[in-house]
Amino acid sequence: MSAAAQNTPLANVSSRPRLRLSVFYGFLLPIMFLSLLAAVGIGSTHISWPTILRVAEFKILPHAWTSSVHVTKADVVIVWLIRVPRVIVAFFVGAGLASAGVLLQALFRNPLAEPSLVGAGEGAVLGGVISFVTGWSATSVLSLPLMAMVGALLALFIVYAMSTRGGVTPVATLLLAGVATSALLSSVASLLLSVNIVNWQIAQEIVFWMMGGLDARTWTHVWLCAPFVVLGFVASLLQTRDLDLLQLGEETAASFGVDVESSKRMLTLTAAILTGAAVAVAGLIGFVGLLVPHAARLILGPSNRTLLPASALTGGAFLVLCDLLARTIHPPTEIRLGIVTALCGGPLFIYLLLRQYRGGANG
Amino acid sequence: MSILEARNAGVKRGGRTIFGPASVCIGAGEMTALIGPNGSGKSTLLRLFAGLWQPDEGEMLIDGEAIHSLPRREVARRVAFVPQETQIDFGFTVSEILAMGRYAHRGRFSPQSQVDHAAINSAAAYCDITHLIDRAINTLSGGERQRVLIARSLVVEPEFILLDEPTANLDIHHALDVLQLCESLSRQGRTVIVATHDFNLVTRHVTRLILLQGGLLIAEGLQEDVLAPRAIQEVFHVEAETVPTKTGQPVYVFHQRIR
Repeated sequence: MSAAAQNTPLANVSSRPRLRLSVFYGFLLPIMFLSLLAAVGIGSTHISWPTILRVAEFKILPHAWTSSVHVTKADVVIVWLIRVPRVIVAFFVGAGLASAGVLLQALFRNPLAEPSLVGAGEGAVLGGVISFVTGWSATSVLSLPLMAMVGALLALFIVYAMSTRGGVTPVATLLLAGVATSALLSSVASLLLSVNIVNWQIAQEIVFWMMGGLDARTWTHVWLCAPFVVLGFVASLLQTRDLDLLQLGEETAASFGVDVESSKRMLTLTAAILTGAAVAVAGLIGFVGLLVPHAARLILGPSNRTLLPASALTGGAFLVLCDLLARTIHPPTEIRLGIVTALCGGPLFIYLLLRQYRGGANG
Repeated sequence: MSILEARNAGVKRGGRTIFGPASVCIGAGEMTALIGPNGSGKSTLLRLFAGLWQPDEGEMLIDGEAIHSLPRREVARRVAFVPQETQIDFGFTVSEILAMGRYAHRGRFSPQSQVDHAAINSAAAYCDITHLIDRAINTLSGGERQRVLIARSLVVEPEFILLDEPTANLDIHHALDVLQLCESLSRQGRTVIVATHDFNLVTRHVTRLILLQGGLLIAEGLQEDVLAPRAIQEVFHVEAETVPTKTGQPVYVFHQRIR
């Protein structure tokens, strides 16, 4: 190992072109900001961009500075109390689900793992339903995301225990275990719905969760979701090197110093926090955690350190756009958000499944 | 210099002993081959040495300390393991794969340091894969992949390098390449243990042989002590004939045993 050998310039040949990060973010960030702005402006009442900016100024800057800013009461209500919280919730739900997808795909070493396919989503729904039926959510509003996280965690443990043997998760067992667990958990949720059908308000909440959507989201929902998504995201970022190694196999990970069992527990917990936070405010929205990380991996490669932030931001922007589409495509009715995401993600899922069964690589 | 030791180590699965009890000591700077037919316990012994499996009886020691009493990261810094399966389905680049070798050296919060970088570059140069550094691992040939995985174990800067069937999927040219690489590593002062069933290939490169059968150590020592035609017939169930070569080291020719 001579000094000359150490200084050899690293060759720059790439067999599979990856997009440079600066180019990726050069595209993503403008798209993200434009979609956030568009989602606030477009709707049953169109709000012009200057008006949005004036309301934002009025609300964010100190009042002494904005005494000259002229905004109508209606604009403030539509922008600040209806549209902005909804868009922010959409962004964090998308970011949370996409991050959870990245974690679950590395944990199950399978590109088909996704919150709603491995039971975590249904577990979170059931957790939320329980917190509503028992009345805990009336006592403390925080019990809603917390119960959703506990539900997601339990579901993940069940599915993992059922589908993984010796660190290997076959696709078929993963999907079967996911379907079986989801069916069981959602039937319990339905049972609670039937029992409480007389209580119209509770029944409506339960139905909302099971279908998923972002109608009537308020600042409370932002505060119930965003801090947990940020927490889960930061926790995920600290585990990206474990994720990379686990993706290559548990034995390899262990031989390089990963404490596999504790690492898997931490990952499961983090995925449950992210899923629970998203489901608590938006119900069950499928395929975001499948679609977004997969697209990001195709463009940027599998390294989780790059993949995770890219997926989170893309997931946020993606769900904001899906929600915009859902509420404007067929006015005056709103299409359910889950339908839009499923229409985008379903075909991809089928394609991936076919490719795996024909012995293709994991991308 | 460190010593790896198995002291009456045994492994049980489903109440049945599948390995051991076996005792063996491997000292610094040696290049040892674990030899035996399929299912003889080579890979098991290798995993015990790497601390990936815990013995159900007896002890595995590194410098007299039980491997399992040490933190996982410390063991990983001292003992590197190169698995038999080199197929990697994800399109990580070679430099990303090599960087993973620094896991046990880096804190969770610390970015890649100069030292990490130097270890990666020198391992790549040593294994002659510098020109592949930006290629995706799943686009490389078997021989190139094996070199990358050996380089990744060098990135760890370990005292021991354990390789499970490193030549199993390689043609003869690349197999000799890899063995040459292992030999030069042991000359450098690293202890190398290679598990293989192809003893004709490795005998020239190793300083010591350990013969296993049915989970038990049958013999250990130099080639002439361990691999007598009689022992080969006993363990591999083939008739072996030694043929002299120009290197002075005899090779074996095998004949189906007449029943």
